[in-house]
Amino acid sequence: MTEEILIAGFGGQGVLSMGKILAYAGIMKDKEVSWMPSYGPEMRGGTANVTVILSDEKISSPILNKFDTVIVLNQQSMDKFEGAVKPGGCLLYDPNGITIFPTRRDINICRIEATRLAAESGNPKVFNMIVLGAYVAVKGVVETSSVQLALEKSLPERYHKLIPLNMQAFTSGMELVEKEFLVE
Amino acid sequence: MAEVALMKGNEVVAEAAIRYGCDGYFGYPITPQSEIMETLMIRKPWEETGMVVLQAESELASINMVYGGASSGKRVMTSSSSPGISLMQEGLTYMAAAELPCLVVNVMRGGPGLGTIGPSQGDYFQAVKGGGHGDYNLIVLAPASVQEMNDFVGLGFDLAFKYRTPVMMLVDGIVGQMMEKVTLGEFKPRWTKEQIEQNAPWALTGKKTGAPAKYITSCFLDLSQLERVNEHLQAKYKVMKEQEVRFVNNDCDDADIVIVAYGSVARICRKVAQLAREEGIKVGVLRPITLFPFPTVELQRLAAMGKKFISVELSAGQMVEDVRLAVGNDVKFYGRTGGIVPTPEEILEQIKKMV
Repeated sequence: MTEEILIAGFGGQGVLSMGKILAYAGIMKDKEVSWMPSYGPEMRGGTANVTVILSDEKISSPILNKFDTVIVLNQQSMDKFEGAVKPGGCLLYDPNGITIFPTRRDINICRIEATRLAAESGNPKVFNMIVLGAYVAVKGVVETSSVQLALEKSLPERYHKLIPLNMQAFTSGMELVEKEFLVE
Repeated sequence: MAEVALMKGNEVVAEAAIRYGCDGYFGYPITPQSEIMETLMIRKPWEETGMVVLQAESELASINMVYGGASSGKRVMTSSSSPGISLMQEGLTYMAAAELPCLVVNVMRGGPGLGTIGPSQGDYFQAVKGGGHGDYNLIVLAPASVQEMNDFVGLGFDLAFKYRTPVMMLVDGIVGQMMEKVTLGEFKPRWTKEQIEQNAPWALTGKKTGAPAKYITSCFLDLSQLERVNEHLQAKYKVMKEQEVRFVNNDCDDADIVIVAYGSVARICRKVAQLAREEGIKVGVLRPITLFPFPTVELQRLAAMGKKFISVELSAGQMVEDVRLAVGNDVKFYGRTGGIVPTPEEILEQIKKMV
């Protein structure tokens, strides 16, 4: 099993930490993992993306240009990365702020209204956990229990009281996926 | 039970230094390696092992603080990125001449000039061919994973003290910035004064009654004395070339085409080799771990088997010159500059042209 994922959005949406939690969850399942952020000048311009690879085998290249799953959280990322999904792969996106919607018909497309749900929940900071929940619901590469462990491992102890809130967001994300288009 | 962590390459350099009994880190921040000092400042090793961590006023100050610490037999290090490493060259040639051990981590960025913060391997010549003035070399280690970022800190200090020479870890920004699973080393205590006197008898640890004075210098005004110093350094480099060459040979022996690549590029090329073999082209990857000393003998062994060679780099063509010195002029080159990283598919196109 190898799952190559790109998560792309604005700085501040929790893109990098979402990738980190996913990578940690992979370690909990004894997978090989790599986490490679965009750290170039573009991160100074507000966009952020991270490549996460989970695999049963040693990971060769940590940098990729085609992905099994792309999670898109803003229009710039949609423009740049819709084409980066492997045929038969999966595009997950939050429709907030999207004006040009995905058009490919050789990939699975899922919509997650995470921004709306995060705003309604009154705690917009859990946005990335909602998205992560939706991703895990679609791909199932890691289990809920591994995500819980990953949070315990990656968060400093003084934030552990926030884990139940984050797991609640994660679970609500799992139920939020709208399958827009599926390849047979 | 070994401790496993998910860490950035840069972060683990800091952790490994603390665990390996490093006495002092002196540095000045620059992207893409700022996490090294950042992690040290968060970890506060001065409370734990007594290790000194100091943000100097410049790279010049950093390397000269390292010079001072090394003179007293301490395990000391600095880190920077390309423009900062350029500023350190004077200190490095002085330390090479004075035969002082230290670890320097260069997490390279795109150059020349102030350039950009994207990943690069454009400092190969500077690292491998000396960098500063005069006839000297550094031992240059090129990690390709977060695990190697951890392991080469200890290896670097060991080699630095074994040969009394500065050692450089030459890292591209990708390996510095990426997170991977890493098995951390055991804690080793810092050397006591007695251990320093035993392991580094040349070190300046204070004059004792009756003991001869020790003298550390890079200034030899007597011409024949300086020639003897040079001959001694060259003899040392010859031993390194015989004993310290390290590399990884991934499926080169049954390959028709050998890609020579180091650091993260070697990993991208592993993917290329896999894609090529799926199309029936037999490709292997020879990854130098030591860039100085260079795996010349291994390349010559492969060349004798009739293989074709291509050097792939994040530069305009630097390591390729050492590959050509080893196996002759018929070596292809492919590289990207400016912080751009080639995709596996784009390298594969170059491989197909060689078939």
